[in-house]
Amino acid sequence: MTEHYVRDFQAFVSNGAAGAPAWLREIREGAIARFAELGFPTMKQEAWRFTSVAPIAETRFTLASAARSPLPAAAEIERLNLGAGPRLVFVDGRYVPGLSSLAGLPDGVYAGGLAAALKAGPSGALARTHLARHADWRDSAFAALNTAFLADGAFVHVSAGCVLAQPLEVIFVATEGGSDEPKVAHPRGLIVVERGAQAAVVETYASLGDGVHWTNAVTEVVVGEGARVEYYRVQREGRRAYHVATTQSRQERDSFLGLHAVTLGGTLARHDITTVLDGTGAELILNGLYVLGGSQHADHHTVIDHARAHCASHEFFNGVLAERAHGVFNGRIIVRPGAQRTDSKQTNNNLLLSTEARADSQPQLEIYADDVKCTHGSTVGPLDPTALYYLQSRGLSPETARSLLTYGFVAEILGRMQRADLRERCDRLVRAELA
Amino acid sequence: MTSIEAQVLQPYKYGFVTDIDSDVVPPGLSEDVIRLISTKKGEPAWMLEWRLKAYRNWLKMAEPHWSNVKYGPIDYQAISYYAAPKQRPALESLEQVDPKLLETFEKLGIPIEERKRLAGVAVDAVFDSVSVATTFRETLAKQGIIFCAISEAIREHPELVQQYLGSVVPHNDNFFAALNSAVFTDGSFAYIPKGVRCPLELSTYFRINASSTGQFERTLIIADAGSYVSYLEGCSAPVRDENQLHAAVVELVALDAATIKYSTIQNWYPGDEAGRGGIYNFVTKRGACRGKNSKISWTQVETGSAITWKYPGCILQGDNSIGEFYSVAVTNQRQQADTGTKMIHMGKNTRSTIVSKGISAGHGQNTYRGLVKILKGAEHARNYSQCDSMLIGDQCGAHTFPYIDVRNSTAIMEHEASTSKIGEDQIFYAKQRGLSAEDAVSMIVNGFCKEVFKELPMEFAVEAQRLLGISLEGSVG
Repeated sequence: MTEHYVRDFQAFVSNGAAGAPAWLREIREGAIARFAELGFPTMKQEAWRFTSVAPIAETRFTLASAARSPLPAAAEIERLNLGAGPRLVFVDGRYVPGLSSLAGLPDGVYAGGLAAALKAGPSGALARTHLARHADWRDSAFAALNTAFLADGAFVHVSAGCVLAQPLEVIFVATEGGSDEPKVAHPRGLIVVERGAQAAVVETYASLGDGVHWTNAVTEVVVGEGARVEYYRVQREGRRAYHVATTQSRQERDSFLGLHAVTLGGTLARHDITTVLDGTGAELILNGLYVLGGSQHADHHTVIDHARAHCASHEFFNGVLAERAHGVFNGRIIVRPGAQRTDSKQTNNNLLLSTEARADSQPQLEIYADDVKCTHGSTVGPLDPTALYYLQSRGLSPETARSLLTYGFVAEILGRMQRADLRERCDRLVRAELA
Repeated sequence: MTSIEAQVLQPYKYGFVTDIDSDVVPPGLSEDVIRLISTKKGEPAWMLEWRLKAYRNWLKMAEPHWSNVKYGPIDYQAISYYAAPKQRPALESLEQVDPKLLETFEKLGIPIEERKRLAGVAVDAVFDSVSVATTFRETLAKQGIIFCAISEAIREHPELVQQYLGSVVPHNDNFFAALNSAVFTDGSFAYIPKGVRCPLELSTYFRINASSTGQFERTLIIADAGSYVSYLEGCSAPVRDENQLHAAVVELVALDAATIKYSTIQNWYPGDEAGRGGIYNFVTKRGACRGKNSKISWTQVETGSAITWKYPGCILQGDNSIGEFYSVAVTNQRQQADTGTKMIHMGKNTRSTIVSKGISAGHGQNTYRGLVKILKGAEHARNYSQCDSMLIGDQCGAHTFPYIDVRNSTAIMEHEASTSKIGEDQIFYAKQRGLSAEDAVSMIVNGFCKEVFKELPMEFAVEAQRLLGISLEGSVG
């Protein structure tokens, strides 16, 4: 099934996408060749043991073309309940300036579509330094496919020392493309926060309809020396959507990154998060939450790569699995030779709300330095019957007691989100999902 | 090199070679070799058929490479699959055993002369491909316990062997198990009848002596309803520059309310400091808790072998059955270990406990890999896993890869792991109280492993502590 993507690629290259700079065209050619070589992963591969992408591989998805997609009305974007700050809106991966608003961005911050940025001199040069340099497409068929079709995406650049007080919203909506054929979009994000700067970015993935579509996203986050970045990612696509995503971050010395991933939507969702702590004194908080029901399947693979000494990472992933949902978590901590004084903690807790729900958890430690403190923990289980009994003895109904304890389990993760405004928004979304 | 590291590099004490005439089959593997082994063992036709079936399957299988260990290709045609010390057939008493053999086991501290026995331990001594002596057989026979070499059991108790052999680890289970099924030469067999509590610790000591051979032993232990047995295996091999393959299979079957306690002290030759030579210890061990309220407990102390690759597991089929796994794995110099357990919960109220302690020193790479699988029918299953790693020196590695797969929402599963350096503050404190650095380290390491050692039969716990001391000697500074 890889051939038709290669054919689509030929068509993509020959119309419209030809305006791209030569270096990008070269990367695309390499990426499509690599995709053709790798093909879709199968459950025989270790990283895909618990997730079958056969439904994606066996469906003929055609490339969503923004030119043909009917533009959503502004009200439809408003309904997604976002903050009032500056926003970038993408429809099927293409930047739509008409729906976006960039008022209130301070000087030194560039936010806009990649397609336009690549054409201009200075922003093009900036993008070139980072685009497709961090998210490795040589090892991942999905990242390769996204890179092959790279034409547009979100580009956020915060210059050295600049402080972005309001969170910047990046919204990727998928339409059904105005036809019956299922569509695929390859949204792309590049966030570069330079030395000493501060920023918060919220990425939201949503579907406008409830049909079958596939989102294959890649975002690269680069955090410069001493910079502080809060990156939130909310995936709330439709219940029939397929969502595959790669998030890759790289941190320089003394930087801080808070990465929060919330997965609520999609029938099949796979999110690979790879973080590299590439400077001494860097700190990472990796926070994740998946709330699934029906026959949803969500798979999170995280890698925390301690490449330098004196870095700290704290990872917490909680999953609530109801009905026939299946949650997969694979978290790997790598401590490279010489990365002494690493302090790394990882926890994955899964709450099973029904007998049909299933959780697979694989925390992993790979340690090549001796002066380190690394721990991981993982639990799977139902609600604590004694806690339920206690709440009922205080006069709560069984349903209220259950929902209170479930919310408490979720609140553990929400409580780690440092920005109150964004925490409240995620809280509302998750409560709606639990109700 | 820190003084801790300098301390570890102590020579392997069991590396001597016994000069004894051996009957060795030329290297190579084919159906003819299997027929020859079967003939030498005087086996019935069904056994040969089973071996050939395994061999034909093995030919179709590919050697697995998913583990976190590195080694050069193994030439299966360069290994000799049968080596036995030459001696008169049909021994009637211990006096007829070649004194050289007795001396070998004496040197290893294994009491096969009953007079000098360790109180309450019956030993089956296996030298290369054959069992040379089994002690205390009469004492055991009085209670109806069968304890003998497996080749003997095939001849004397075919009904038991046919019923259980391959029922836990099928002949096509994996590449190395298939190879073992085709060519296994000896090993121990134990059957504990209904309601009997085995009065002695059963023990097998494996010794590889001949060069260019592989050891392929097979152990089968059956505990009938309500019985109890504690079994211990130990092993060692001479120092050689080549790598020798050891691919064993161990099968345990516990019926209703039976308990099997299986302890291993593995001390195969680990190779020298540059990583030359040493045993490849690729072993399949599995126990089935078939009956209700049955229990299987694995305890292992892995200090030897160039590469250890094994996952003693429990299939918890019976309701209320219990599986346990206690492990200490030490990798020093260039040793590599990829070990852990598999707990498959099938019955209701099944419980499992995993306690794994990994110690890496020198250039050692130590991996814990384990699976806890709770199937749909395993209502109220419970698992607790704890994996701790200790690092001594900055060239070694410790890795933890647990797999957790829960398909029943009433099950509770917990996993915890930690990795840290040996506590400098603790060493400092102990030194300040007048202990040497070596004593301090050995005390800390023993404390770290205590939870596992306390599961070992008493005599062997002492042995294990001593072994650990030797393995880590020179690694402290």
